[in-house]
Amino acid sequence: MGKTKQDTLQLVQKYSAVTLLVLFVLLNSLFTPNFFRLGNLNNIITQICPTILCGMGMTLVISTGGIDIAVGSMMALSGVLTASLMTDMGLLPSLFIAVAAAVLIGCVTGFMVGGLRLQAMVITLGLQLTLRGVAQVLCGGRDIYFNKLGDVGKQLALWGTYKLGGVIPVQIIPIVLAVAAVWVLAEKTVLGHQIQAVGDSLRSSTLAGIHAAGTLMFVYGLSAFLAAFAGVFQAAKVSVAAGSSLGQLAELDAIAAVVIGGTPMSGGKAHVVGTVIGALIMQMITLTCVMNNIPDQYAQVFKAVIIVFAVFIQREQAK
Amino acid sequence: MAKDLLEIEGLEKTFPGVRALKGVKLNVRKGEVHALMGENGAGKSTLIKVLTGIYQKSGGTIRFDGEEINARTPIEANEKGISTIYQELNLVPYQTVYENLFLGREPRGKFGSIDRKAMIAETDKILKDLGIEVDVTAPLGRYPTAIQQMVAIARAVSINAKLVIMDEPTSSLDKAEVQVLFRIIRQLKEKDISVIFISHKLDEIFEICDRLTVFKDGEYVGEYDIDELDQFRLISLMVGKDTVTLERKKEGYGFADAQPIVNMKNIRQGMRLNGVDLEIRQGEVVGLAGLLGSGRTELAQVLFGTSMPDEGEVFWWGEPAHIHSPSDAIKKGMGFCTEDRKVEGIIPHLSVKENMTIALLPKLQSFGFVKTKEQDEIVKTYIDRLKIKTPSPEQAICNLSGGNQQKVLLARWMCMNPKLIILDEPTRGIDVGAKAEIEELIQELSKSGISILMISSEIAELQRNCDRIVVMRDGKAAGQLIDKDIDQDKIMETIAKGSESEGRVHG
Repeated sequence: MGKTKQDTLQLVQKYSAVTLLVLFVLLNSLFTPNFFRLGNLNNIITQICPTILCGMGMTLVISTGGIDIAVGSMMALSGVLTASLMTDMGLLPSLFIAVAAAVLIGCVTGFMVGGLRLQAMVITLGLQLTLRGVAQVLCGGRDIYFNKLGDVGKQLALWGTYKLGGVIPVQIIPIVLAVAAVWVLAEKTVLGHQIQAVGDSLRSSTLAGIHAAGTLMFVYGLSAFLAAFAGVFQAAKVSVAAGSSLGQLAELDAIAAVVIGGTPMSGGKAHVVGTVIGALIMQMITLTCVMNNIPDQYAQVFKAVIIVFAVFIQREQAK
Repeated sequence: MAKDLLEIEGLEKTFPGVRALKGVKLNVRKGEVHALMGENGAGKSTLIKVLTGIYQKSGGTIRFDGEEINARTPIEANEKGISTIYQELNLVPYQTVYENLFLGREPRGKFGSIDRKAMIAETDKILKDLGIEVDVTAPLGRYPTAIQQMVAIARAVSINAKLVIMDEPTSSLDKAEVQVLFRIIRQLKEKDISVIFISHKLDEIFEICDRLTVFKDGEYVGEYDIDELDQFRLISLMVGKDTVTLERKKEGYGFADAQPIVNMKNIRQGMRLNGVDLEIRQGEVVGLAGLLGSGRTELAQVLFGTSMPDEGEVFWWGEPAHIHSPSDAIKKGMGFCTEDRKVEGIIPHLSVKENMTIALLPKLQSFGFVKTKEQDEIVKTYIDRLKIKTPSPEQAICNLSGGNQQKVLLARWMCMNPKLIILDEPTRGIDVGAKAEIEELIQELSKSGISILMISSEIAELQRNCDRIVVMRDGKAAGQLIDKDIDQDKIMETIAKGSESEGRVHG
């Protein structure tokens, strides 16, 4: 059977994000001097880390038909919590407490969404404000600078500045781990299938024996878990934990990456690799603008255009 | 001879990978009720959607009322005088009855404001004319599906349509409501309005229709006067087989000594269930008969754990069952094919494979990973065994016809090695061919020792398939019929008379 218009359209939908990314790379290699310099690629890795980590969690959350706009504040909470506890407790115990707290909050969110059937948007909006406030209270209104925290501060700062073999930024480790883990989860595991089933049809999934509340608790818990690590890595990169600014608007970048990557907002399908591509595209836009001396405000507008374009391409055809 | 209102010639419609309509024709005369007949996937719904502007045709001509039309949107079709009542009602449940009736064409008062008084008065009048008594200012969602359906019909009628299309209008109506609908259809005929009527219930076709057109696999089979045909002839036209056996598949009641696997005692739930007892024995096919709202589905929901009873006990193999959720019921060995396949059955965008194995997945894992090889084998086995028509196991289930979707859902439970499968309207909206296959399957399952609880509005279907039929009325078991005693008239009698005639009997 020959290719019809719809076939072509599906093809465009499937590869639009990749095409866009390739286009950006080509464009930059032609017009941006020094684009392929190592420092530049390393920049991409360090800067993209929070978007990828939060984006991985967000991909699953959105595939359940929900949304988690609290991840930015969750980053702030975990970063500040770790920084404020580690002088007394040491780095790893305080990190553990921060992550555990985040996961607990995430699970409660999941229960409210899945068990009590509250709107994810509203719950996580409330959480966003609450956690941001808590983070600011925890650091007493001042930013916590790691260079004033002695050895343990230096230790954590290394988490953001160390280079593997003196070349590749350390952020590559959490990025690869998170993407691999979430991809395997979504594609290969029973839980991953159940997550997407719940996102596609909650009623049918419940009647097929899936515990929707439990599934959503896991998904929101995982989102919080990844956000917590994103927060710590981000704080380590700049060597400061600032309750007011750490992770600000990170949720929007994560959502944008997910949407550009082709995961439908209505749920039912998680495109993990798509999100990575989406995050790369966003980063590419920023980079292109910075390196060509275009003010960042234009980059924002351009990102917005890309997001709308992505949603437009992926809009469902008439059923 | 009356002039043709609608003439469709050589109509084509292609989807990715599917040629849904292969040059079909259809002629509808003024003031006649014309049935579109065919199995699921024959192209009836597609034809309607092209006609009403939801889909765009790929070829052919449509002439309506003397002019060639090519509606690009439902609104355009509406303006030409074609009104549609869809299988899935497209009404707004949160808005009031009158707002729904005037949705999109609200009468304007001074300064362009909506004239609510006129809307309410007009709605009242239209509904009264049709013999429907409701509070038109109440939200539509508060009324049962049957009333919502009537409002949808009233809406179509009130647009001064020349042609009203009814796609499975009776699927959620009980007998009395169907008669109201037929009265309305006859009123339409008197006004010289044509009706295209789609239903799988043959009795209804023969009662209300003047002529019919049969489709099969997207092709035109023929056009007939209703008087030329009888039911068997019509079925064979649709299925393409010469004979269809419609006799009872059961002989002798062999379950007197079988072990009871389910015992429900004095189940009460709100106004819906008023103390029901139900027993199901191993391998037995038990039917639940009764009118819409008699508590059949509600009883099944209690058994499967989707809703909790206020009172009463459920025993499973003689032990208290403690079922609090569907997953509890599934662990015990139950499966539930629900009435509303689209909302409570399929997971629409997931593949056939995933839909079939979604309940089995927890048993199909090692360390949390799906055993894909075994999964593929199981899926292949059931696709072959149930003759599921799908291009591949990876196809999204929403692209399959109703009959094939139902088969996938049946396979979902069959692959679990269940003890009991609950089937709520298992053949609703399913073509005759798939229907016969599903009925065969029910008997096969029963022979292998699996019990079936079957809910159906089609008494003939229950008669063919069940060992025992429990008749429900007003949330109670009004009586039961075993094996040889099963008879359509007796069932109707029990429904009509209630518990006086039979009393409570145990199997």
